[in-house]
Amino acid sequence: MNWTVSRLTLALLLISALLMLVGASVGSGGWQDVTWMPTDALARQIAWDIRLPRSLGAWLGGALLGLAGALAQGVFRNPLADPYLLGSASGASLGVALYLSLVGGSVYASDWMMRWGLTGAAFVGAWSAVLLTLVLARGASHVLRLLLSGVIVGVVLGALTSLMLLTQPHVLQNMQGFLLGSTAFVGWSACWAMLGVAVPSVLLALVLAPVLDALSLGEATALSLGVPLQPVRTVLIMLIALTTASCVAQMGLLAFVGLVSAHWVRSLLHTTHRALLGLSALAGGLLLLVADVLARTLLAPQELPVGVLTAVVGGGYLLLLMHQRSRQGAWRD
Amino acid sequence: MTDVQALRAQHLRVALGQRPVLRDVSLSFDASRWISMVGPNGAGKSTLLRALAGLTPYQGDVWLQAQNMAQLPAKIRAQQLAWLGQDEALSADLRVMDVVMLGRLPHQDWTAMPSVQDQQAVAWAMRKTNISDWSTRLVAQLSGGERQRVLLARAWAVQAQVLLMDEPLANLDLPHQADWVAQTQQQVRQGVTVISVLHELNMALQADEVVVMAQGQVVHHGAASAHDTHQAIESVFDGRVRVHEVAGQWVALAVPA
Repeated sequence: MNWTVSRLTLALLLISALLMLVGASVGSGGWQDVTWMPTDALARQIAWDIRLPRSLGAWLGGALLGLAGALAQGVFRNPLADPYLLGSASGASLGVALYLSLVGGSVYASDWMMRWGLTGAAFVGAWSAVLLTLVLARGASHVLRLLLSGVIVGVVLGALTSLMLLTQPHVLQNMQGFLLGSTAFVGWSACWAMLGVAVPSVLLALVLAPVLDALSLGEATALSLGVPLQPVRTVLIMLIALTTASCVAQMGLLAFVGLVSAHWVRSLLHTTHRALLGLSALAGGLLLLVADVLARTLLAPQELPVGVLTAVVGGGYLLLLMHQRSRQGAWRD
Repeated sequence: MTDVQALRAQHLRVALGQRPVLRDVSLSFDASRWISMVGPNGAGKSTLLRALAGLTPYQGDVWLQAQNMAQLPAKIRAQQLAWLGQDEALSADLRVMDVVMLGRLPHQDWTAMPSVQDQQAVAWAMRKTNISDWSTRLVAQLSGGERQRVLLARAWAVQAQVLLMDEPLANLDLPHQADWVAQTQQQVRQGVTVISVLHELNMALQADEVVVMAQGQVVHHGAASAHDTHQAIESVFDGRVRVHEVAGQWVALAVPA
């Protein structure tokens, strides 16, 4: 199929809307058509209060990660860049581990206070890690320094988390769900929080998109075109941190969604960053929504952690794409 | 054409770490001229060009059309001065027309769509470099020489009064090198100033003026046809190059060791 930006946008939105209905209709008890249950109050409540926000939340979280991935690949001019690159994942893990160790409880807890505490801890942890990376790299002027600082922050915070979990094994058990990534606890409030971040983030990303195109010609050329490179790059990194942290805080460490979405879009059509960023967000939303529906149905009434699915499917897809691409002679430089 | 100098540098110094790369360079270029910079490897040509473009930190002063470069807003500078770098990267995802359109970035509001003027400038630049037929091709599918022509079109599309090009002839075969010379001479007649670093001495000798550099300094700045310019070129290459007149053109030939 010869994809254009508008066709692909429409297709991604349509399929997502259909899957949202499917997501609201399937559960541990099998299929219950969401469009045909107005009389059953309990079924309606399950669909409306549990399944629908969960599906919508998966879509929003995936969209945030898809946007973050496409932004990261543009900012670092590297197809392998991933939203967790600057230490946000390990920062979020450390935040959650600290919280569980100090306050107790588990990521499977469902009471309101506990959910927001965990979300806040993950969000603050992710942000702090990215800020630490920026400080260690002495700002956003030097990409290689940023990447290395991100790796260092990731490894050191990861080691601290492991040390903590080693001394407090009960915390490890309690945060397993976070480390694998799960959509199971996403409710309406999480949806609103993610929507509140996603809308302005997408708009800002679309405004800054031409900078990423200019940057693809190299830093000197981008500067010569009048792009205020350092401030714009700092804003873009903050945007990656914000979108990633907002998703990770609600759903934990979902693997590969950010990396795969942009690659999937690129395999369907070649376009400038303005379209790529928007489409990657839509693709990320669809991917995580599919993963969420599969996670609930594959082993029903048991449920798979959605992060396991994204890791296996995403990893497999990337591998396939890599071999396809190298056969076509792309990535030759 | 104006009396104002297109570009002027006073006591320009650039150091990479502790190592001085440019030592007190003062130069001025009149508008509507094509100037080529030549010299052996490591003479500081590219560094000088980057400093003149405001792309590398320098000490001293650079004046772009009588405005102090250090105080000029980046966007205004980008409208007046275009730059083509060595080995510019290219994203595999962009089409030829997308890359050329990037040359219009200094003239665009980031939130707006390209204007009719932008579209016209892009079409003009693509015609100029004979790449109009490729507009929807992906740059990833082009050869090195074809990519270079796309990048040239990108630089022309800025439609700046001053153009700085670092090795614009890289990857181009001889007929396309001659095309570039013709494009440049045509623009210079329209009032544009082109300053190019060139390793192809024979092309460099077709410019209006030649700046000869060695060891971070300007050894000579004069007309391309002048005898003392030719002598300066021969001397910075340690006598390994001789300038001759062949069929009405100045050509530089290597002298075997």
